[in-house]
Amino acid sequence: MSIGIKVKKGLDIQLAGGIANGTSPSECRCATVAIVPDDFTGLVPKMELKEGETVKAGQPIFHSKLDERLKVTSPVSGTIKAVVRGERRKILRVVIEQGGGEPTKISTDGILSDKKAARAAMLASGLWAMLRQRPYDIVPAADTRFRDIFVTGFDSAPLAWNPASFSQEEIKTLKAGAKLLSLLTDGKVYVSRRAGSSLPDIDGAEMVDVEGPHPASNAGTVIAAINPVNKGETVGCLDLATLRRIGVLALTGSVDFSTTVAVTGSEVKTPRLVETVIGAEMSAILQNDITDDGRKKRVISGNVLTGVAVGEEGYLRFPYRQVTVIPEGDDADEFMGWASLSPRKQSTSPTFPGYFLRRKLFKPDARLLGGRRAMIMSGEYDKVFPMDILPEYLIKAILAKDIDRMEQLGIYEVAPEDFALAEYVDTSKLELQKIVREGLDYLRKELS
Amino acid sequence: MKALKKLMDKARPSFEEGGRLHAFRSVYDGIDTFLFTPNETSRSGVHIHDSMDSKRTMIIVIVALIPCLLFGMYNAGYQHWLAAGASVFPFWELMLYGFLAVLPRLVVAYVVGLGIEFIVAQWRKEEIQEGFLVTGILIPMICPIETPLWMIAVATAFSVIFVKEVFGGTGYNIFNVALVTRAFLFFAYPAQMSGDKVFVASGNILGLGGDVDGLTCATPLGQVATSGASDAAGVASAMTDIAGDPVSLWHMFLGLIPGSFGETSTLCILIGALILLFTGIASWRIILSVFAGGAAMALIANWCATPTYPASFLTVGEQLCLGGFAFAAVFMAPDPVTSCRTNTGKYIYGFLVGVVAILIRTYNNGYPEGAMLAVLLMNALAPLIDYCVVEANVRRRLARAKTAK
Repeated sequence: MSIGIKVKKGLDIQLAGGIANGTSPSECRCATVAIVPDDFTGLVPKMELKEGETVKAGQPIFHSKLDERLKVTSPVSGTIKAVVRGERRKILRVVIEQGGGEPTKISTDGILSDKKAARAAMLASGLWAMLRQRPYDIVPAADTRFRDIFVTGFDSAPLAWNPASFSQEEIKTLKAGAKLLSLLTDGKVYVSRRAGSSLPDIDGAEMVDVEGPHPASNAGTVIAAINPVNKGETVGCLDLATLRRIGVLALTGSVDFSTTVAVTGSEVKTPRLVETVIGAEMSAILQNDITDDGRKKRVISGNVLTGVAVGEEGYLRFPYRQVTVIPEGDDADEFMGWASLSPRKQSTSPTFPGYFLRRKLFKPDARLLGGRRAMIMSGEYDKVFPMDILPEYLIKAILAKDIDRMEQLGIYEVAPEDFALAEYVDTSKLELQKIVREGLDYLRKELS
Repeated sequence: MKALKKLMDKARPSFEEGGRLHAFRSVYDGIDTFLFTPNETSRSGVHIHDSMDSKRTMIIVIVALIPCLLFGMYNAGYQHWLAAGASVFPFWELMLYGFLAVLPRLVVAYVVGLGIEFIVAQWRKEEIQEGFLVTGILIPMICPIETPLWMIAVATAFSVIFVKEVFGGTGYNIFNVALVTRAFLFFAYPAQMSGDKVFVASGNILGLGGDVDGLTCATPLGQVATSGASDAAGVASAMTDIAGDPVSLWHMFLGLIPGSFGETSTLCILIGALILLFTGIASWRIILSVFAGGAAMALIANWCATPTYPASFLTVGEQLCLGGFAFAAVFMAPDPVTSCRTNTGKYIYGFLVGVVAILIRTYNNGYPEGAMLAVLLMNALAPLIDYCVVEANVRRRLARAKTAK
């Protein structure tokens, strides 16, 4: 049994530097890893370990200030090298030096049959912190009962990589993961996939076949099509990698922190797959395999729409399984760019020749390519926004900090990532994702 | 280009805070961002952006206006030659005459409007915005060719300040700036702005053209309104050109008739419409529904035509080709800032613009042209239409939440 969804509004941004079919991952060892508390949105960290202490893989590094049960665990065994703090002693990142040692294990008694045991195992292993909830797009509270749980089984973002096949072993693991998740919800566990993809039906989960352009893979798109979030409801969201980790936990009692990262982008010499751990250092992942033309590069942990610029000295941020390197572009002096007819310029507007080159792979840089303006053009966001929401009006309500209006216009259904494409096409170059994030934070603060 | 870039970079410090020319920072910024695409890169959210920006959007609108502008020049010359009783119409002389007639009006509109924009940008410490690039070219195009320069200056200043800047600048205005300029002229100087003296250039310019002072010719719509005709044939014979010959529908479509400078040629307006629709800059929903609304209302008016209102005898084709209707449908109504922003709202808004334009022009002999007032009226109603559409979305969500419980 599966549900079919056709996404009509959206956009596939064609970029150079994708992973060739049939590429197999190469192992990547790194000396240090880092965990960034900001990646666990909504969780205010309190350290459990100090600098210099030893830590085992799977051992908690910090927990939520509000709820001790909400823990974030270390992806590797070793020692805490540094706790980097910023303004007002905010923890920016925890750097762990790889040492060695056995990973911790969690009891698997009743983990696939008892609701309490399943929840406790998720919390203790740190996998709970890898879940996200709608509304607010944050780490869910420890005793949340989800209306439904949505697993994103593929990634339609620019240059994202999706596995071509799944082994029997992996499918068994995913099945176990789905079984555990079903203990956390009163509703169903949905797993989305590309129509006709290699991901087979997973027993215990409702499969969702999604067709159409990005944001087809966004949880928000799938939730909106199946059963939108109403006020007072909470749904859980995770990706396939997290589902697999939950499966491994259910079967073995330990957490698998390994991750397959796609190294992509026009500035990567040979786009490839790398087998590494969560939080790996960027230098190890990139291995200096960046084009050397003397121009500045932007190293993004994640994709070009929702990722974070971390720089070559940065670390792989937790939620992302992709690294994208593009030109920074702040050293380009483009003469009268607004009049350009260059086929190298990428656009959704037919005034650029590039619009007609549907198969061309573009190499855009990070410039805004225009000045910030008030919202002038109408209907631009609508074209790439597949939910039954009026994005312009929601953005205006957020800017006006009008809580009633935000609720009425569906703020509980959205996450910043849902506005990424709208932010890309916006001729007024507004920072929509930032606006939505601040709106969600404001709402949560005011309503709690 | 390198040399130019160097020059601009060298000049930058004197325009920054504390520099000698700081008072002209907005002017420098305007020129700098015009010449070189800003190098600012994204700091949050998406890392790549679509190449389209508001500068290019505005420029495309100007490109779409060029056919109308060129035709307006030719027609200004043509009408003048016709008034002078000429039988040969030398193309280049006509064009040059029209060009010289419109140039001072364009210059005045841009100097006054852009001047105010630069001052406000400087004062608010903002970047200069490009909205006036389009407004500045629209103003001379929707005014009669004989509008005195000082009136254009006063009206432009009024609408830029009180219709746009007091609301916060480009993107915040409620009414279409160019149309308010026209409305200001219409209501402040009715004697000079309508009737039969202003639509044909009379004087000779730099030795070009004849002197045709005293010769009058109203627009076809003006002729119809004052004709007192009581049937379709009477209305058709009321519409004559300066030489006294009847005006055919084909002439109205081509635009070789007296009227506001850039508004007369439906053909050129349709070329502009094609450019705007192909590039996706104007909303096809609005343009289509304005024409639909206009046609529907013209049909109704024509169906129950009455001698009390001679314009009701006009056919649908004549109604759509005459006056500023087509120009308003293509260049005024779809203005994204002042029209409806929701897709459903756009249909309603456009349709009502069309209906009201024909309604005013037909049933009010005092205003032979209704398109300007129709768009302004609907500008005022657009937020209300949008409100209703948004409420429908809100109600859908509420209903869903209730059934979920």
